[in-house]
Order: sequence, then structure tokens, then C-alpha cells
Amino acid sequence: MGTARPPLCERMAAPAPDPQFVLRGAHSAVHALHFCDGAQGLPLLLSGSLHGLVHVWSLQTRRPLATLDGHGGQCVTWLHTLPWGPQLLRSRGPSREWSPAVLWPPPGGSRPAASCSGSQGRDLKLCLWDLEEGRNAVVDTVCLESVGFCRASVLAEAPRRWMLAVPGRGSDEVQVVELPSKTSVSCLKPAAGARLGMPMCLQLWQAESSPRPLLLAGYEDGSLALWDVSARKVCSRVACHSEPVMGLALDPRRARGVSGSAEKALAVWSLEGQQALQVCGTHELTNPGIADLKIRPDSKILATAGWDHRVRVFQWRTMRPLAVLAFHSATVHCVAFDAAGLLAAGSGDQRISVWSLYPPT
Amino acid sequence: MDPMASAVRLAVQEAVRILSSSEDGGHIISTLRSLRRYLGETQTQAPPEEQEEFSRTHFSTVLRCLVGKLSPDWLGLMPDGQLEELWASFFLEGPADQAFLVLMESIEGAASPSFRLMKMAWLLARFLSAGRMAAVMEGQCGQQAGPASRLLQETLLTRVVSLPDRLGNRLQRETLAAFFPQNYFPLLGEEVLRVLHVVVDSLRGGLDCSISFLSQVLGKACVHGRQKEILGVLVPRLTVLTQGNCLWQRVCWRLVECVPDRAMEAVLKGLVEAAPGPDVLSRLLGNLVTKSKKAQFVMTQKLLFLQYSCPTPVLQSLLGYLAMDSQRRPLLMQVLKELLETWGSSSAIRHAPLEQQCYISKAALICLAQLGEAELRASRDELLASLMEGVKSRLDSSLPPVRRLGMIVAEVASARLHPEGPPLKFQYEEDELTREMLALAAPQPAADGPSEAGLPVAPVSGESPDQETVDGGCPQAGHEGSDSELDSDDELIPYDMSGDREQRSSKTPAYVRDCLEALTASEDWERWEAALRALEGLVLKSPAATCEVSLELAKVLLHLEEKTAVAGFEGLRQRALVAVTVADPARVAEYLAAQFYALNYSLRQRMDILDVLALAAQELSRPGRLGRAAQRGPLGPGSQPSGAVIPDWQVVVEERVRRKTRRFCKGSVGRATAAGPNEFSAVAGYFFFPLLQRFDRPVVTFDLLGDDQLVLGRLAHTLGALMYLAVNTAVAVPMGKALLEFVWALRFHGDTYVRRGLLSAVSSVLLSVPAERLLVDLPDELLEARSWLADVAEQDVDEDCRLLAVKALLLLEKLRDRLLPLSSP
Repeated sequence: MGTARPPLCERMAAPAPDPQFVLRGAHSAVHALHFCDGAQGLPLLLSGSLHGLVHVWSLQTRRPLATLDGHGGQCVTWLHTLPWGPQLLRSRGPSREWSPAVLWPPPGGSRPAASCSGSQGRDLKLCLWDLEEGRNAVVDTVCLESVGFCRASVLAEAPRRWMLAVPGRGSDEVQVVELPSKTSVSCLKPAAGARLGMPMCLQLWQAESSPRPLLLAGYEDGSLALWDVSARKVCSRVACHSEPVMGLALDPRRARGVSGSAEKALAVWSLEGQQALQVCGTHELTNPGIADLKIRPDSKILATAGWDHRVRVFQWRTMRPLAVLAFHSATVHCVAFDAAGLLAAGSGDQRISVWSLYPPT
Repeated sequence: MDPMASAVRLAVQEAVRILSSSEDGGHIISTLRSLRRYLGETQTQAPPEEQEEFSRTHFSTVLRCLVGKLSPDWLGLMPDGQLEELWASFFLEGPADQAFLVLMESIEGAASPSFRLMKMAWLLARFLSAGRMAAVMEGQCGQQAGPASRLLQETLLTRVVSLPDRLGNRLQRETLAAFFPQNYFPLLGEEVLRVLHVVVDSLRGGLDCSISFLSQVLGKACVHGRQKEILGVLVPRLTVLTQGNCLWQRVCWRLVECVPDRAMEAVLKGLVEAAPGPDVLSRLLGNLVTKSKKAQFVMTQKLLFLQYSCPTPVLQSLLGYLAMDSQRRPLLMQVLKELLETWGSSSAIRHAPLEQQCYISKAALICLAQLGEAELRASRDELLASLMEGVKSRLDSSLPPVRRLGMIVAEVASARLHPEGPPLKFQYEEDELTREMLALAAPQPAADGPSEAGLPVAPVSGESPDQETVDGGCPQAGHEGSDSELDSDDELIPYDMSGDREQRSSKTPAYVRDCLEALTASEDWERWEAALRALEGLVLKSPAATCEVSLELAKVLLHLEEKTAVAGFEGLRQRALVAVTVADPARVAEYLAAQFYALNYSLRQRMDILDVLALAAQELSRPGRLGRAAQRGPLGPGSQPSGAVIPDWQVVVEERVRRKTRRFCKGSVGRATAAGPNEFSAVAGYFFFPLLQRFDRPVVTFDLLGDDQLVLGRLAHTLGALMYLAVNTAVAVPMGKALLEFVWALRFHGDTYVRRGLLSAVSSVLLSVPAERLLVDLPDELLEARSWLADVAEQDVDEDCRLLAVKALLLLEKLRDRLLPLSSP
């Protein structure tokens, strides 16, 4: 084992890599990114901007294919594509390569200024788009109850049925909505006196071993809670940060995850027996503030979007730092991986950088 | 008269008669054979006394007669060249010195291109290749020199050494390869060595010998400048022969001792250069320096103080030679004292060329390395005194290399003289020279270099096994970390993350006024630093806002002190100040120029003012700044001073366009570069004239004509730069006039740096002021400047000064050439 490893002295550090390409033309800060498969299996990149537009980028031509405007100029903070979506909403048409997007704009524009923005409550909606065959129409909207920074999370329950977790009416509540019926199936409210603050980030998932969907929620007080959605109770709770949790990423295969906050460290935690949260360790950063984290689908590397304008790449298994991508000139708001290993980062400097690092074998 | 002598004479006279008149080949041959009896080596030898009589008295006569008969017909009297062979044998086998002299004489006497001349030349070449030159010199070694033979020796010596010249003169283009100096002198070296072998053998046999003739040959050859050729052969062989052989060593010493005084310098210099090291030199020379006054003078004075051409290894072997023997060591001490005295003399610093100062510094360092502590302690005070004086005057110098020399020598010397005291340490930039000098200061290894040079390499290679074991441990450590992972991430190699620094807090001011406030009032150092960093950009972004506070800003920046260790503080401040000056040139430049002569500034600040003015002027005069050059009128491309900075990418793009574009016809050849009015034009006066006003009026803290000559040099350079940047402006003519007056007033300044500034100022006047105006408005100044430049070009000690003067003279020439066609019709 490890005999082929070259000696340390020979492994000279290569200079920091450059982006493979850069997408320009969002015309405002990029707050959400999501990769999806388009027509003929060509990859697309969706980006959501501060001014309420969603751009659909072709990674072949590196130009926007379409621009979706449905949020009344309010910041788009979360993008997701639903598998098998068109069947539900539109049953005709033989080709279904394009999926509708679930786009959710929170009310308040960029994150730190949200609570004092004048646009509260005006556009509390989550739009479902039909993107099939080049259409770009809103087919449905989900009205949201809460004004917050929190991104939603979606979980496919069964074909054509999804579970959507969004912040609820009360400031510390999380609401779980079933789509497409839009019925609220449960409301997760912490015990009185827990004083967790607002939910900041959500992650729904279902372990293979158990039929019960679980929800990981990061709260304003820096703690992380694991909810059993059906039982509507907290299975486990751990305080990983002293600042609000800004983002979390979960690797269900290893039952391990990582979260970032406004402070200067990442926290790595594990789910013992799928039930108990336990902090495995923290990883110090050079500069404080993490806006988003993603683990690549092959679970090899982790990317973080930093307030320090940098994207940091770690080896996920060991949390060994691999690269610091200092390309952007403003806060990086979001990162995303596609299945083929491409990394995209969207930033306040209105650019989206796309990187090809450590290609999966 | 001795009957034997008369018998010989009769026989010779008869033979000569037959030779000169007979046409019968057989008769001639038999006559020649009979004469050969006297040379020996035939079956019928003449008695020895007859042989001696013949060779002493009659040999030259016979040879001359033979030379006189030489012609194609005469040689053709017998077939197969029998006669020629017999004829040549007289020259090759008879007494060598006479044969050589007759050969040389006949060659010089022969008609220029002739059969005889060529025959004789070939014969001389044979004579040389047969090694007869050794015989010539050997003949001179045994003799006791009487008055007559000394004359003969003199003649012989001249002929031996000047053979290539004489043959070259006679034969012109037909001269033979053997007579080329590069071939002849090595051969002469070989012959000298052979004679030395003979001499050593006969000394072993108990016979007395004199080698003064050899010394003279050596001396004369060296005086003729053939040290390399002759010593290049001699020294390596003698190095081997003298190793552990006292007899050879003594012969060698004697050889050099006997060199006449006038040739001593040439020989010693050649030997010092050719000897591979001090020990060889010591074997070859012995204690020559203590015996011969001339040699001592050459070795301790001439090669060290009057010349500076020896390369460092030669210097090392010379001083090493002095250090190798206890009798010679006092000389080394003496040399060191004198070296340091010269090194410390302020007049020498001012007037000696930089190369010589370097040379003397190196010599002093080598001496210090060679001398022991006890010896140094004995005359420590004296050495320290001259050292300190030198350090002081060197640190005062305005030339960085001179200052650096002072620092290095002071460091090394003080460490050697005061080993117990705290070490002296200066800050200077390392370059090749400093490294070389510091290496000289380290004591020389006693043994030969190559064997030791190999040693330090060994430990380096020896480390590699250690590294392997370290690496061997690494994978295991990495393996422990992997729990139940199936996939190994080992191939993920980190990129370079050295650029990952902490981000500065966002206290950066957004407006010029904020910066001003942060720089003056702020106690928050992060904000202060951020303001300093942001200032240049803000000033460039908003010139209008800058103009409102330009004076305050300039004042603040000029007085700004580096309160925290900000990386690149000087550069930041200077760039900001330049930006402010460019934004509001008239007022700020006037203010800065006025402050240059104000009371309470440090020299550093004054020089900063000069730099800022020059840089701002350069920025203002840069064509196409602010990108609004294109729409302006057609000012010719030549009208702008060169040095416009084109961004790299622009060059690349233009090159690409040019390559991919086919042009069917070409318009104007030179593409007009961004043309625009020289913005410096309107404000040049504010930059220039206030600086000239008060240079001759010292104030308490600032005396340009006194101690602060460094600033004066900077001032001269800055004025030159401003003049140059004011090209094509209306104010150039009065500026040029004022600048030439300034130069005239200071033209004999003692400081090299100042003179360089003045010379470059003259050049920029010549470049910037239009030629016609120069002639109309400044004819007298030009004439004066010209004679001064001619003087400097010939006589200045500094090479750069001479070069600058020559350049200025060339500009003047060009100017005259341009004006003459105008004025001639």
C-alpha cells in the first residue's frame, strides 16, 4: 500500500489553477447555482441573480440559453431541478429532457441586509418552471410564510411526489410541504425555550436503512438539529458553531457532513447510527465566513464558498486543503458540482467561474 | 706565429680560393670534405687544436664564402643535391653561434625576394628544428664573459629574441610558420629548458656554469611582450622539476635573479600570472624579493598600486607568495599597511577609478586573510586608523559601489583586527562582487583546491537515504487515517496555497478626503494603512476631488512617517504623491519645489521631492495618457519622448492582428502612436525653475555645495530629466539656458555622481532644445560646454563620466551636421 507514492520532496506544489472558463452576463450578484442535464444530455448551468433573474447557461457555448424572470426583481437564492417533473405537470410530449426548476426567492435581497429591506413579504414565493422543449413559463408557485435567509431542500418521496422543506410561519419553524399538492404535511417547531433562532439551512434526506425521512437544520445560534420529519421531533442536536450556521453539506454514504458559519472554522460532524449527531472536528480557515458548501457527488472533494472571495477545495475524507481559488473579487455566494466533476462558483462580482479540478476517474 | 695555426690558415685559404673560382663539382666536393675534417665527426679528423683554431678563426669566413656561392647553377654542379647537403651540413654541425649569426646576417643582407633568401630561410628553419638554438645558448653558458664576447653576446641576444621580427621584415608574406612568434617563442622556451637541463647536469658534475645569458634571453623575450608564449612552456615544466629538487630550485632562483633590472617587471609579471599558486611561485622565485630591490619594488608596489590589471587568482598567488616565508612576511605586513593607507585616502577615493579601488580592496582583504592574529595585533592601531578614515570617506561617497566597498572591507577588517569586539554589520545588497570579496576574506585552504572542492558535495548526496526513510514512513501514516474507505484519494495533489493570506478588513476609505483624514488623524493603524494603499487609486479616479485638497494632501504625504511596518511604504507614498502632483501639477509642483530648499527637511525627504517631481513630469509628458490622445491634431510621432508604456496585452493583440492581416498596399510606414499635446508643457516651469533658484545658498540644515553633494547629484539628474521631458515645449529654450548656466557653475565638482548628473543634463539640453534655437540663443554656452566635454572625455577618472561626455559630444556633432546644410548656402 502506498508504495507508488512519490517522495515528498518530488511533489512540488503546482501553481494555483485557473478557472476553465468564466460566465459573464448575469449583470448582478450570483446567489444560486445548479447544474442539470439539458437536451441531448448536454449539461446546463442554472444561475440565480440578485435581481430576480434565472439564467440558463449552456456549458457548450458558454452563453445563456434563456433568462427566466418570475421573481419581481427579488433575489433568487435557491435553484433545484425535480426529476420526472414534466410528467406531473405536463403529460404530453415524448421528450422530457428538460425538467422544471423549483426556484425560490426569499424576500430580502442579499443576505445580511434582508431583515431591513423594504421588500419584505412582497415576493414570498417559490416558482415551479417548466423548461421542457425550451419553454420557460411558471407553472406553479408555492407561497412562503416566512421571511428569512434559509434555502429550501427537496426530497423525492416517490415518483411524482416530492417533499419540500422551507422555513415556516413562526420564526423558528420549519415547514414541510408536499408537492405537487402544496399541502403542509408537518411543522417542525423546536421545544419551547430551546431558543435556536431562525433556521438557516436545511437538508432533507432519507437513509437507505430507514423509511423515515430526516431533516438536518442549521440554526441561527450555531447549532445543528436532526429532525425526524414524520415524528416531528428532534432526534439529536449539537452546537457546532458560535455563529449562525450558513451552510451545510451531507455525505449520506459516510453519514458524515460538514457545516460552515460566519466564524473562522468549518465543523465536521457525523451521524452515529443515523440518529445521534456528533462533532468530529473543526477545521480552521484563514478568513471567517462561509456562504455555501458542497461535496462532489463522488464524495472526493469538498468546496466552500467564502466571504473572503475565495473558493476553498478540501479532500473530503481527510479535510486536507487542496486548493484556494482566488479568482473572484467579491464574496462568493454559492458553489455547485455537476455529475462530471465540474465546479461552478457564483460571486458578488457578477461572474460565474467554472473549474475542472481533480477530474473523477 | 704558431706553425699549426698557419697550416690551418693556408689550408683554409686554399679551400676558399677553390670554392670561389672552381666550376668543377667533384673538385668542390672534395674541397668541402677536406674542410669538414676540422668540424670533426668524420673518419679522418683533424687534431683537436687545429679544429679549435678553425672554428675560432676561420669558420665564419668559410660560411660567408659558402653563402656567397649559393646559386641554382652552383648547386646544380653535382647531381642529387649532394652539394646542397654538404653545404648545409656546415651550418648545422659547425659551432652554432657563428652559424646562427652568419645565417641571420646573410638573410638580412640578401636581396628581398631571391633564391638565396629563401634557401637561407629554409636553412634557418632547419637549424631551429634541429635544436641548434639550444646549442647557441649553451655555448654562452660555459664561457667566462670577457669584454669582447660580451659584445658578441649582446648581438647574439638581440638576434635570438628578435628573430621573428627580423624574418618577418625580410620575408614579408612568405615567412615560414616556424618564424611566427606564437611558434618561435614556445620553441625558445623548450630550448631554454634543454639548456637548463644541461646546466643542471654539469653542476651535478661539479662544473661551474653561468646562466646569465638565459636570464637575458628570458628577460628580453618578456620585455618584447612574449611572456605568455615563453613562460607558458617554461613554468609548468619548472613547476614539476623544482618539486622537491633543491638544485633545480636554486637554478631557477638564479635564472630569475640574473634577469636584468629593466626586464625584471616583465618577467615577474609573467611568472606571477603563469604560476598556478603561491607555493609554485615560491619555489620558482625563492626569496627574490628580499635580495633584489627591483624585484621587491615590482612585487610590492608596482603590481599592487600602480597597476590594477591582475585577475584575482593572480593577486592571491602574489600575496600568498609574500606570506609563505618568514623572511617575506614583514613585507606583507608593510604591503597591508600601505594598501589600507591608500584605501583610506579620501583623495584616492575621489580620483582613482572604481576598478582600481576594487583591486586595492581585494588585495587588502587577501592580506588580512593571510596574516595571523598576532601580526595584526602588533600594528593594530595604525591599521585601524587608516581603516576608519577610509570607511568614513567611503560611506560619504555618492556612488553605491564605493559605499559598498567601504562596508565590506570595514566588516572584514574590523572582524580580523578586533576579533573580540562586537562584529560590525552593514546592510548592503549582495551581488557577484560582494560575494567574491567575502570569499576572499575567508582563509585559503592550505592544500590544493580540487581535492577539497569535491568534499562538500558528498554530504549532500549522503542525505538522500535519510529522506527516503522519512518518505517511507509517510505512506503508512497516511494509511492509518483511512478508515474503511474503499476509494483512495492519495492522488489528489494539493495546489500551491501560499497566496492564501488573511483578508484585510474593509476599512478602506472610499473618498480622497477620507484618506486625508485617516492619514492625519487616525490612530487606527489598519485604517491608516488601508488609506495609504487606496490613495493612489482614489486620486487617479477623481482628479477633481483631489484638486480641492491637493496641497494638504501633498503636505501630509511629504511628512508621512512610516509608523508601522507597512510593506512597500516608500513606494506607496511615492506613487500617491506622484498621483497628486499629476492631478494638480501647477500648485503641488510649486509647493514641492519650494519645500526642496526649506529648512526642516531630511535629505531623504528632499530626495523624495526630486524623485516625485521627475516621475510626475514623466507621467504628464507621457503621450496618450488618460486615453484622450486620439482626437487631437497630427503631432508627428517623433514629437513625443520615447518610453510610452504600452500594455502587454495590447502588444500581443496588435501583433496577432498584424500577422493575420494581409495588406495589399502600405500606407504610411510608421503607425502614428498615440499623439497628443505634451501636458507637461504648461507646467514645466513650476517644476524646473524653483529647483534652480537657491542651490548656491546654504541654510543651516542643508548645504548643497558642501556636504550634501549626494542631493546635489540627484538634483542635477532630476533637472536633466525634467529638461528631457520638456522636449517640444516653448519653455525648453529658457530652461536649457538656465540649465547650462547651472552646469557651468558646477562643472569642476569633485564628486563623480554630481558630474554624471551634469553631463546627462547637458545631453538632455542638446536633445530637447531645438537645434536652431540652440545656435541662436546659446552659442557661447555651447562652445564652453563643448570644450569642457572634450576635457572630461579625455581626462575624467570615472569611466561613466567619460562615456557620458563622449555621448554629449556626439550629440553636438550631430547637431552641427544638421545645421551645416542649412547655413552653407
